[in-house]
Amino acid sequence: MWIFLQQKLFQKVKKETEIKRPILKNAARAFLVGGLICLLGQAILEILKLYLEKEMANAVMVTIMVFLGALLTCLGVYDKIGQFAGCGTIIPITGFANSMASAAIESKSEGVFLGIILNMFKLAGSVIVVGVLSAFVFGTLRYFIGI
Amino acid sequence: MKIGKQSAVLKNVYLGETAVVTGPKEKNGPLGRHFDKTYDKLHCNAKSWEKAEMQLLRDAIEICLEKNGLEESDVDYFIGGDLNNQLVIGNYVLREYKLPYLGVFGACSTANESIIVGASLLEAKFGRKVLVGTSSHNATSERQFRYPTEYGGQKPESLTFTVTAAGVALLQDEPTPIKVSGFTAGKVIDADFKDPLDMGRAMAPAAFDTIKQHFEDFRVGPEAYDLIVTGDLSYYGREMVVQLFKEIKIDFSEKYKDCGLLIYDRDNQEVFAGGSGCGCAAAVTFGYLTSLLKEGHYKKILVVATGALLNAVITAQKESIPGIAHAVVLERVIP
Repeated sequence: MWIFLQQKLFQKVKKETEIKRPILKNAARAFLVGGLICLLGQAILEILKLYLEKEMANAVMVTIMVFLGALLTCLGVYDKIGQFAGCGTIIPITGFANSMASAAIESKSEGVFLGIILNMFKLAGSVIVVGVLSAFVFGTLRYFIGI
Repeated sequence: MKIGKQSAVLKNVYLGETAVVTGPKEKNGPLGRHFDKTYDKLHCNAKSWEKAEMQLLRDAIEICLEKNGLEESDVDYFIGGDLNNQLVIGNYVLREYKLPYLGVFGACSTANESIIVGASLLEAKFGRKVLVGTSSHNATSERQFRYPTEYGGQKPESLTFTVTAAGVALLQDEPTPIKVSGFTAGKVIDADFKDPLDMGRAMAPAAFDTIKQHFEDFRVGPEAYDLIVTGDLSYYGREMVVQLFKEIKIDFSEKYKDCGLLIYDRDNQEVFAGGSGCGCAAAVTFGYLTSLLKEGHYKKILVVATGALLNAVITAQKESIPGIAHAVVLERVIP
């Protein structure tokens, strides 16, 4: 009986002290920073297109963005921007680079094989799994519906 | 001697000299000058985060022995623990010492659990001098419980920041200015919190339960203490404890503090809700509160170290997070 009453009290106060996340503020920041990263990517792409074919320019732009993401991670800056921007820095490909680079730095102490190689895709792996899976689903849909 | 349901009164347990070693953020916090040794870099001149935490604990043991004027062989037991899997920090540091070692785990309440076990050994006259010590390191906890340190995920305001510190204290049967005069061992309390990034509130019900039980067992109220301090509930957890006591018409918010709020300056240091970790309660109690007791600012305080009993696997299975809290009474006596 007492446990039941106590649990009721806990649930009541838990609800009263609920911490609200600033969703609007977070969304605005994510939009702003995420947009800026995309703008940078687009600018690099436009410049590259002056010198390279379109497909090649695309690949080189992505490489540059991944490099920038990894570099800022190694310099200890990316997590600070991420704290401000939230999803704005996770969703672009620089976020993918960050998740790989940060996992690699973290597991350096366990050596090359058991550390870096084994753990590098610990976080980024989920992106690849979801990517492959959704490619399969949408590829199949496209085959049957024939868009 | 047992008193009430979960408590005991201690007759012969005194707190000797203590030692606290911390990282840079704690050094730059409001209590920085109270710590015995501090490191300017989170790496503490070690090659890995785990070795850095070992260095903190090793330093704290050395300094504690030195301050007490003791040799290793004078000590009967070392009791302590940390947050790393299988208590590796304590286990690996203690292999360098010839000290009988009991590793205990109470998550961030380990400091008080160690005191309870150590005090019981002294009270039973199974030894005369016991070292108790715990440690935590921001980076070892982050990588074990959360994400790599450089990962760019956004941390919510409810997050508590793991303290980088080790605290070691001597318990003995010879009188000193500070007496460990009683304790209340806590129960595991689960109020169905599921967010591991909101641990302060997850532990608050356990703190509430232990403090309430303590008052009942000792037949006292908050007026018996000059200060009641919880281990690492930080801002939101503390608010919840205050609110819980308001519901049963007890208010001691004026003399109620939290170690996680004392060790950092929340407004100017990026620590979100405040500090947490085994080292939090240990550093604040052994580094700061004991000196306030010695200087006579307080006569009797209740230290309630709190712990969230989770690991990363079990929370991923959508289990809720149980909490625990152990209370220890520290009293100023004239030896």
